[in-house]
Amino acid sequence: MPTEPKTAASLPDAEGRFGAFGGRYVPETLVRALDELAIAYDEARRDEAFQKELAELRFNYVGRPSPLYHARRLSEHCGGAQIWLKREDLNHTGSHKINNTLGQALLTMRMGKRRVIAETGAGQHGVATATACARFGLECVVYMGAEDIRRQAPNVFSMKLLGAEVRHVDTGSKTLRDAINDAMRDWMSSVESTHYILGSVVGPHPFPRIVRDFQSVIGQEAIEQSQQRIGRLPDLVVACVGGGSNAAGMFYPFVAETDVPLVGVEAGGRGPTPGDHASPLSYGSPGVLHGSFSYVMQNDDGQTDDVHSISAGLDYPGVGPEHSYWKDSGRVTYTACEDGAALAAFDMLAKTEGILPALESSHAVAKAMELAAERPQSEAIVVCLSGRGDKDAAEIARLREG
Amino acid sequence: MPAIDDLFRDLRAKQRKALMPFVTAGDPNPEFTERLIGEVVGRGASLCEIGIPYSDPIADGPVIQASYVRALGAGVRLNEILAMLGRVAPKVAAPLVTMVSYAIVYRHGVQKYLDEARQAGLAGLIVPDLPVDEAARLAEQCRAADLSLVQLVTPTTPRERAVRIAAASSGFLYYVSVAGITGERTELPADLVDNVAWLREQTELPICIGFGISRPEHVRLLSPVADGLIVGSAIVRRVAEAAEKPADQVIAEVGDYVASLLAALPA
Repeated sequence: MPTEPKTAASLPDAEGRFGAFGGRYVPETLVRALDELAIAYDEARRDEAFQKELAELRFNYVGRPSPLYHARRLSEHCGGAQIWLKREDLNHTGSHKINNTLGQALLTMRMGKRRVIAETGAGQHGVATATACARFGLECVVYMGAEDIRRQAPNVFSMKLLGAEVRHVDTGSKTLRDAINDAMRDWMSSVESTHYILGSVVGPHPFPRIVRDFQSVIGQEAIEQSQQRIGRLPDLVVACVGGGSNAAGMFYPFVAETDVPLVGVEAGGRGPTPGDHASPLSYGSPGVLHGSFSYVMQNDDGQTDDVHSISAGLDYPGVGPEHSYWKDSGRVTYTACEDGAALAAFDMLAKTEGILPALESSHAVAKAMELAAERPQSEAIVVCLSGRGDKDAAEIARLREG
Repeated sequence: MPAIDDLFRDLRAKQRKALMPFVTAGDPNPEFTERLIGEVVGRGASLCEIGIPYSDPIADGPVIQASYVRALGAGVRLNEILAMLGRVAPKVAAPLVTMVSYAIVYRHGVQKYLDEARQAGLAGLIVPDLPVDEAARLAEQCRAADLSLVQLVTPTTPRERAVRIAAASSGFLYYVSVAGITGERTELPADLVDNVAWLREQTELPICIGFGISRPEHVRLLSPVADGLIVGSAIVRRVAEAAEKPADQVIAEVGDYVASLLAALPA
């Protein structure tokens, strides 16, 4: 059984609230399915057989625990604190997303549903969902924005090879936000036979809680590994935040360890001008999007702003409600990293450590490098390396040739 | 007493049913919408639902989505829409109800939205992404502002919950005909009439049915069990042709279409 953190375990409350944030702002059509999901999850999390099956999958199928790797050459390059990488990129399918999709695929089976839908931005969640569905023999449809299909082509091929149907989304900005809209619309019509495997800690209750819990294995392992390898808890923990699932999974077990500062890194894009970034916690304000109340990028009329990030997985105008709660309570510090710094971090990790990070994770690496340079060698920074960068190689080459 | 309550009391006394066209505000511009509302009410619509364009409408099918994209793409702002509604409301003999996302109401300021809606002469609002569990505070504020807050029941709503929603709703109860998104359908669910008839037994509140209704035969089938019928995508689809046709012609065609549905209501 996963260990429950010491505090904040009571959040969200019964209405799905993390303080003021979260809740359930969805059409009535979806409410029953969300209620059923909440009940199924509550039963599953107390069911030893469910937890045992999930643990066995994590060990034998995903390859967990993922290593905590001391990036010595990167640390030397920065000339300060030690940088340790939590290697979620080494998971089966190449990112942390599989932690959630296996858990939710098991829930799908438990609820007696045979069809799964999902949204994807970078394609990491799409691939992880297609993988879990193949593993359990579930029908799988993935919604993906046309712009993301272009810039993350390798993942589109993988999803198809895994037997999933990839549906192009041509509305709006043709990115993650529009993919979520279309997945929700599918679910409006298919809710009685279909489970929606939402990929991040966003959306209506109970999704933010379920996804956080399934991802918390990251932080739980990081705590144990830090104690074994570093001999204590880290001095700082850093993770990138789009919707915020890898960060929530990393941070949640640390929330009770109040001596450990936590830093979430949003996509700063081209800069702080609205439309140039995807940093609602840094530059947005609370509002409603995709079923939950959280920080969001909107205009004065409540229309969602277009956002920009070089990274498809962070190119999203909203963020999980628990992050909004952690921001306002001061437990986590949120900051933004711009496209250029993320690309530079990608290069430096590749060259010093032989690791190609996902562009999403590169944002966290960039911030960790900056913070490491300001801190003594005796300190240890743990960074969530949420995914691998193979998917981004062609797009980075294109940007440089362009 | 809110205008919608007066309307349905009057309709029931006369044993008449309501037809409620849905139009997207600002598609293709507010002046067109203003004329269109005048047209459909002039033809005999008893009330009119005004869709406030929203960037991320998850309950809407392609036709209404596209109308929101057109309106927002043309740069329409909420203040302009409310000003337009303020001009048209006193001129038409029918309550106007906005269909508006909570994202918009919250960002504008809940009390400010209600005050301005009241000032514009609107009768109420439908907030499709605010389920009853989240709506208690807004319902209270609407009561204080003498506005109706219309809530929705769908085929996926468990029966005891439907009763709770009926108790919380005001003006009328919006029964969504299908588990799905807005859009014209050739066939409606087989159990629709029975489901509405059941709901009819549970509440005194008027019941209006929406989603999928587009044909005179739908109107004939459903009007015996409902107090009113809501028609959206079939109208919005005709308005989409305003890009290629003169506005007068499009407005007249929508008017003719509304008249054809009105003719299918019991006299």
